[in-house]
Amino acid sequence: MNILAIVVAGILSQNFLLVKTMGICPFLGVSKKTDASLGMGIAVTFVMVLTCLVCYPLYVWVLVPTGLEYLEIIVFILVIASLVQILEMVLKKFIPGLYSAMGIYLPLITTNCAILGVAELVTVQAAVTTYLEALVYGLASGIGFTLVMIIMSGLRERVDRYNLAKPLKGFPIVLIVAGFMAMAFSMFTGINIGA
Amino acid sequence: MKIKDIALDGVVRQNPVFRLVLGTCPTLAVTATALGGFSMGIAVTFVLVCSNVIISLLRNVIPDRVRIPAFIVIIATFVTIVKMFLECYIPSIAQLLGAFLSLIVVNCIVLGRAESFASHNPVGYSALDGLFMGLGVTGALTFMGIVREILGNGSLFGAQLWSFKITFFTTVGGSFISYGLFIALFNFLYNVIDRKMRHVHANKALSKEVQA
Repeated sequence: MNILAIVVAGILSQNFLLVKTMGICPFLGVSKKTDASLGMGIAVTFVMVLTCLVCYPLYVWVLVPTGLEYLEIIVFILVIASLVQILEMVLKKFIPGLYSAMGIYLPLITTNCAILGVAELVTVQAAVTTYLEALVYGLASGIGFTLVMIIMSGLRERVDRYNLAKPLKGFPIVLIVAGFMAMAFSMFTGINIGA
Repeated sequence: MKIKDIALDGVVRQNPVFRLVLGTCPTLAVTATALGGFSMGIAVTFVLVCSNVIISLLRNVIPDRVRIPAFIVIIATFVTIVKMFLECYIPSIAQLLGAFLSLIVVNCIVLGRAESFASHNPVGYSALDGLFMGLGVTGALTFMGIVREILGNGSLFGAQLWSFKITFFTTVGGSFISYGLFIALFNFLYNVIDRKMRHVHANKALSKEVQA
């Protein structure tokens, strides 16, 4: 698979939120305001790239040669939790501006399906074959995540003002709107670049 | 605290899937078929019961500051056990659930119960809480799977019923929309029944007062 195909797949045709349905909790929880969505998206993208950066070599060069593949879940979740912790401390110390922009979303990311999902996909599920592809995949997936978060927040600012039937208010209407977006995104699966 | 309360909370009042809207990712991804929903529910139930028991036993040992990493490691252990078991004995189910089997670790339901219930309740209650929450999840996922499989594929647990099908319900878009409608329906029914029950209780209390 070439790099361009991975970028398109990560952002559109294999979008984490609307095609793979991973990372739906922040999608429903933090998509009320556009700037909050952007902050969450940037934080997720950052951690996704870092996760690919660490988990791919760890799995391919350490766990597989030593025959410890079955420990993958525990290893990945610990790596992600400590990455998030370290990132939080580093940002707080060196880039306080960025920290205050995405600070409150960082701790939530540890239990975001999309992060562990990306780690699983680039290693166990073998969605990519080389280290570089894994990094590009992480970055593209994060951008795709951010894109959908921002679109959703724009839609929600309108949807929340409509006078809906009471049982539909809140999560149900957001899920239904997301359903229509997913229908639109499913059309992107037709894109096929030198697979 | 009564067992009846724990059971009602888990299955109806705080149903993790329909009331609290937690653990949405597997709900959307695996309920295209009834078997997918059911097996995911059972896997989550097992992890919930086991992790609740262990966390409850260790609740006085785990220091408060590192409790979340400790919980996650305990949960990850049981998810690994489930995954290894399924891959060895029922590989077809492991394949059906795919990456979402490993993703039980980051399912908010499991960590949520560890944090809000098992970390400050005795072992017996924690086990029951895990069991009933798990049953609530299993029931909800199986129900969604049954409806989506019948509508989307005309079959039930893999057995073909008729040839009429609306394939839309098995797609991702269909999963979002049917999940949204299910939550709306559940909330509607819950509110209606809740109001009726309160009415009945109020009437009972009133008639008791009158008699007294």
